[in-house]
Amino acid sequence: MGDAPLLRVDDLQLHYQTRQGVVHAVDGIDFELKRNEALVVLGESGCGKSSLAKALMRVLPRNVHHQGGRVHLGDTELTALSDERFRREVQWSRMALVMQASMNALNPVVKVGEQVAEPLRVLRRWPRRQALARAAEVFALVGISTDFMTRYPFELSGGMRQRAVLAMALVAEPELVILDEPTSALDVLTQASIMNALKRVKRELGTSFILITHDVATSSELADRVALMYAGQLVEVSDAERFFSDPAHPYSQMLMASVPKLRQRSRPQAIPGQPPSLFEPPAGCRFAARCPHRFAACSRDPRAIRLAERHRVRCWLHDDTQAGGGA
Amino acid sequence: MIGARWREHWEELRRYPSALVGMAIIALLVGLSLYTVIAIPYSQALEKWRGGEPWQLHPVNAAPVWLDRLTGGREARTLIASSEDAEVEEVPFEGGRRLRIPLEVDYDYAGFPSELNLFLHAEGHPQRPFARLAWQTPDGREIALGGHRIGREDRISLSQDRALERRLGGLVPHVGLLADPEIEGEPQVLPGRYRLLLDAVVFDDTAGIDAELVLYGRVHGIAGTDHQRRDLSLALMWGTPVALAFGLLAAVGTTVTTLVIAAVGVWYRGWVDAVIQRLTEVNMILPLLPILVMVGTLYSTSIWLMLGVVVVLGIFSAGIKMYRAMLLPIREAPYIEAARAYGAGNLRIVMRYMIPRILPVLIPTFVTLIPTFVFLEASLAVLGLGDPVLPTWGKVLNDAQSQSALYNGYYYWVVSPAVLLMLTGLGFAMLGFALDRIFNPRLRSL
Amino acid sequence: MATSRADLPANAEASLLKVRDLHTWFELRQWGFLRVGAVHAVDGVNFTLERGEAVAFVGESGCGKSSLARTLLGLHRPTRGSVRFAGREMQSLSPAELKAYRAEVGYVQQDPYGALPPFLDVRRILAEPLIVHGIKDRQERERRIRAVLEEVRLSPAEEYLGKFPHMLSGGQQQRVVIARALILAPSMIIADEPVSMLDASVRVEILNLLRGIQARRELTLVFITHDLSTVRHFAERIFVMYAGQVVESAAVDELLDHPQHPYTQALLAAIADPDAANARRLREVPAGEPPSLIQPPTGCRFHPRCPHAMAGLCDRDDPPDFTPRENHLSACWLHR
Repeated sequence: MGDAPLLRVDDLQLHYQTRQGVVHAVDGIDFELKRNEALVVLGESGCGKSSLAKALMRVLPRNVHHQGGRVHLGDTELTALSDERFRREVQWSRMALVMQASMNALNPVVKVGEQVAEPLRVLRRWPRRQALARAAEVFALVGISTDFMTRYPFELSGGMRQRAVLAMALVAEPELVILDEPTSALDVLTQASIMNALKRVKRELGTSFILITHDVATSSELADRVALMYAGQLVEVSDAERFFSDPAHPYSQMLMASVPKLRQRSRPQAIPGQPPSLFEPPAGCRFAARCPHRFAACSRDPRAIRLAERHRVRCWLHDDTQAGGGA
Repeated sequence: MIGARWREHWEELRRYPSALVGMAIIALLVGLSLYTVIAIPYSQALEKWRGGEPWQLHPVNAAPVWLDRLTGGREARTLIASSEDAEVEEVPFEGGRRLRIPLEVDYDYAGFPSELNLFLHAEGHPQRPFARLAWQTPDGREIALGGHRIGREDRISLSQDRALERRLGGLVPHVGLLADPEIEGEPQVLPGRYRLLLDAVVFDDTAGIDAELVLYGRVHGIAGTDHQRRDLSLALMWGTPVALAFGLLAAVGTTVTTLVIAAVGVWYRGWVDAVIQRLTEVNMILPLLPILVMVGTLYSTSIWLMLGVVVVLGIFSAGIKMYRAMLLPIREAPYIEAARAYGAGNLRIVMRYMIPRILPVLIPTFVTLIPTFVFLEASLAVLGLGDPVLPTWGKVLNDAQSQSALYNGYYYWVVSPAVLLMLTGLGFAMLGFALDRIFNPRLRSL
Repeated sequence: MATSRADLPANAEASLLKVRDLHTWFELRQWGFLRVGAVHAVDGVNFTLERGEAVAFVGESGCGKSSLARTLLGLHRPTRGSVRFAGREMQSLSPAELKAYRAEVGYVQQDPYGALPPFLDVRRILAEPLIVHGIKDRQERERRIRAVLEEVRLSPAEEYLGKFPHMLSGGQQQRVVIARALILAPSMIIADEPVSMLDASVRVEILNLLRGIQARRELTLVFITHDLSTVRHFAERIFVMYAGQVVESAAVDELLDHPQHPYTQALLAAIADPDAANARRLREVPAGEPPSLIQPPTGCRFHPRCPHAMAGLCDRDDPPDFTPRENHLSACWLHR
């Protein structure tokens, strides 16, 4: 079945225990991702989007308090795999993660090329020569000259290192690559050329992406689909076309209005108020306190309302049984 | 304003049992110090610790009472029979009087006394009185102890009387006089009422004689006594404030100066930093203890001089390297740059912005530093470089060592100051490690 | 938009800040004394700022914009060149005059949490500049602190006075930083990437606040950023920097709508506005990376990456400032 989703996430939850209490970082998230599709998870800092990446890739800190939900990659239920099997059969080979600071996580005393070839040698047991040859192909794909393969990480600029990390994630041709703020520490031009590299990879290798970012403009560079996250939940999941032109959720609308745009003269508008605490998220709609369209129904948790095929919004305004009553 | 933050730390501290135990120990030591300083004023403590007169009614090398209780024995306590409590018979005669003073003690300890002394005071006599002494035992025997002319202040050491010892069949008098004659072999105490009868002739109508018979015990007080009859509890108690004050002052002195110098070096960089670093490196290879021994031997062993030397040598200690490493990143902190931008001077930046930033991190180090100085002071005293006049724990250990306390079985003499030293170390260390977990979050496990 | 100062006489001293041929180099030394080169962080910059004007310096990291800010703040000593503030040459200020100058220039930093001493509460943080500048009267200080907190919209002030930085959100922290920059009533504010560490929804608030205060107090605002998209609404003039030099400057709309220098054009082309179509096309990005500031390229510094580079000219001679359009400077040989 060509239409079966590559990744299906049902009611994913991740809570941390801290000294101040339990943080509901990921609080019931569902989404689907098709093959060769790029989903952008958009959200402000502290909304739980990095925890989502960690939960998917099982790079969890020690203070996990509660973990729940199911994740399917193809026919495999990832959440049912043991850590050992996940590491052997999924990590790198089917699913890879590039984190924001990972360009600083390269081993400083091993040549970059060797590091990029490493997943092939460990997972596939490829001989060194063959692995390096494959690494060279990926280097070209992400836009680094293969001359850099024999350099050490400190000899590379930040942008080059970030590309090398990307190459390492891609070398075993995983079906899905999760990118957590891959460009936010980089300059505009570097950022643009890395986004170019990602577009090329997506086209040529058919890889699927989950791009986690707070930067609305950057997110539009890769997105087929957008999932907007707020206070541990997805408030809107839709196609990029729809999201960037006509978002449905009040938070999506306000977020789009707050982005300064280079080519438009409209003045960006701030969103008043602050996101709620993730220690004790409010009952009902979590955005209600900042929402200009708040009405009586908002004190109850809005269910995910299906507006169209593959377009869900967590807002009572779009529920026909409620919308008449307030706003 | 600052209160909220400290209250937070306090709440956190309370969750560490080790911190609570540590604080309890420290509170105990501080309480003991306060009590000591109030109950035994400084001058009085020094006066007494010099020895002699104040201690003549104390036994030599007596063990602490609790030790006897613990072993279940009934070792002798010190018993004193005074003429003030006795019924003195007076018979006047031409040119004087005859006084008959019975000094009675009820003796029912299982062990013998450690010594027997008779103190006599005869004041205002135109001519020295004459006394004849007789020892009456509970079973009715009477042993003549000979005659004495009594001086104004007289001390008759019955235990030293060789002739008496021979008459008692070779038993030292404080054993022989109280032994049960019926029992062969190892002498046993004959319990009951003993009487020393003092038959004196005085050549005056009014002047009297004061007499005190002392049967020295084998146990005394809560800490025992030393070879000079001094009560060890005095030194152990007074040792507490001295140790805490020394430890605290030395720790404050070295920490504050070192911190300021390190911060100055970090802030000014260049040659200032280079000079400080080189001085530190030289100082780090200078051995502290030998220098202190030298100062003590050649100059003075006053504890305050030692404190001064410790602090001076501590200024350029290895701590500078540690503080420097902590301060270097702070130097580059944006808030320091902001302070420069609004015109804060160098002194203000060092004292107000750099040092306060690392103070919380230093508190644990500081707390664990205190006992190391307490130990240093004790080590110096053990080496014979303790303060000549102050009673301290180290001095007690030093005396114990010079009197071969352990060889002679006086282990309490070594154990009690050692326990106090260890308690001090333990208390501060337990608190310090807990504080370290609170102020250095890297160590904290979630 | 731009506060016009045309009514002022064309006297040089009417400008608040005049920077001529400014160089700030950082010496590189081996073993602490052997001079092995210098980082040419700011390398020949000229500009003039009027009172009450908001300008932006834009460039990528390492283009020298932060070094320029720090030089203007008196935190770095210029290696060469002149900075005249209100007619006084900065290099010739006595220590006391320098301190007075520091009260004239407020500083807003990038990382609001790092910019606030974590061990002081808001009241004390704001009192510090006043104490440093000799305001001894406690009530006077308290009055000013409350006033400035209201001005940055941290009200009621009581609620914030006793708080420590870690108890505040990023946006609130940055407001405190702005309050501190304002409390000495400066005539110029230098804001170095004031919102790049904040969330999108907070950025606009902070920029609006800065711009509002700037307009109300008629301050000169120097806004340093890597993000061209925020500039349009928060500055009147833009200076684009590359490798230690200003390559192009003009009024905001003029520059954004008619970029002249190839570097500026590349920069603008690389910036996306949110649009689903972005995902379907590759952006044009000049190859290569910004040059080393230790050995900058000869001639135009952008020539190794420039699609229009002319051999024998761009790689040899430093381009002067041309005026391809009215009130629009661009240092590129294409305008020759």
